[in-house]
Amino acid sequence: MSEQHIHTTDEHAHDEHAGLSKSKIWQVFFILLGITVVEFIIALVILPKGMIPRTAGNIAYILLTLLKAYYIVAFFMHLKFEKTGLKLSMGLAFIFIIYFITLMLIEGGYLHVHQTLHS
Amino acid sequence: MMWFFLLSDAFTFSSLLVYYGAQRFSKTTWPNPDLVFQSIPGVVDSGAPLVFVGIMTFILIMSSVTMVLAVEAGHRRAKSQVIGWMIATIIGGFMFLGCQALEWTHLHHEGFWWGSIPDAEKLQEFFTGPVSNVAAQQFANLFFTITGFHGFHVFSGVIINIIILCMTINGTFEKRGHYLMVEKVGLYWHFVDLVWVFVFTFFYLV
Repeated sequence: MSEQHIHTTDEHAHDEHAGLSKSKIWQVFFILLGITVVEFIIALVILPKGMIPRTAGNIAYILLTLLKAYYIVAFFMHLKFEKTGLKLSMGLAFIFIIYFITLMLIEGGYLHVHQTLHS
Repeated sequence: MMWFFLLSDAFTFSSLLVYYGAQRFSKTTWPNPDLVFQSIPGVVDSGAPLVFVGIMTFILIMSSVTMVLAVEAGHRRAKSQVIGWMIATIIGGFMFLGCQALEWTHLHHEGFWWGSIPDAEKLQEFFTGPVSNVAAQQFANLFFTITGFHGFHVFSGVIINIIILCMTINGTFEKRGHYLMVEKVGLYWHFVDLVWVFVFTFFYLV
């Protein structure tokens, strides 16, 4: 009886503009919190003890950040449930941004080499 | 429409962060974030790296969750619940802004500001490698510009949230028959949270 009741309210929440259910929201929240905690463990425990090299730590940070960004955009911002066209245009723009960032970092690296050579 | 505004905003933020990254890559040395940010204003002065910013991150993620819950309540047209979650979101926004004000004041007291850095003796404390005045200056300028621009977004987000809260209380959405406006403002608020995730990584962790 009570199970049936839960089912109907759940279905009501999902009509037309399919929203996130409350349990899903909290699930995403705990994933985000968990990722942040992992980042803290890397920063406060693993790196000071020198278990992994600094570069590996940075790569881990960036991957975890991108994962967090995915969860925020896909679930909180609801992009995962939007039309394919919108998903594509946002995804494409994001790829261009990453490409630009890579280019500028390489450029910065050359600037560094250049400046050390000439000083 | 909100998506396209957010996309253009994402370009602005990424250009700022790209400049930050390029600067950092072009310098041999950079202030160590674990040494610069190691105080909890008003509690301990040093020895607690990342704790304060961890609290700020938690507040912002939490307010993002209350915002989704407001949107979810909007789908069910539960007016009083929307009001409750919106108030929680606004409080979270103000708490974040307060924390940021404390953080800025702390750094300003240490001597960092747009165009000014601490003296050589004090600067030594913030570097693990060789000290560079140019790197410290770039760090200070970029830190205040980027967190300032983000803080400005949080501030405008709070203002918009307050407007939406008033409209909800007045029953505007009730009459309109849907709470789509709450959803759109929610998008903006999550975007602010998203930007913070990146700022947090590149300023405090890497």
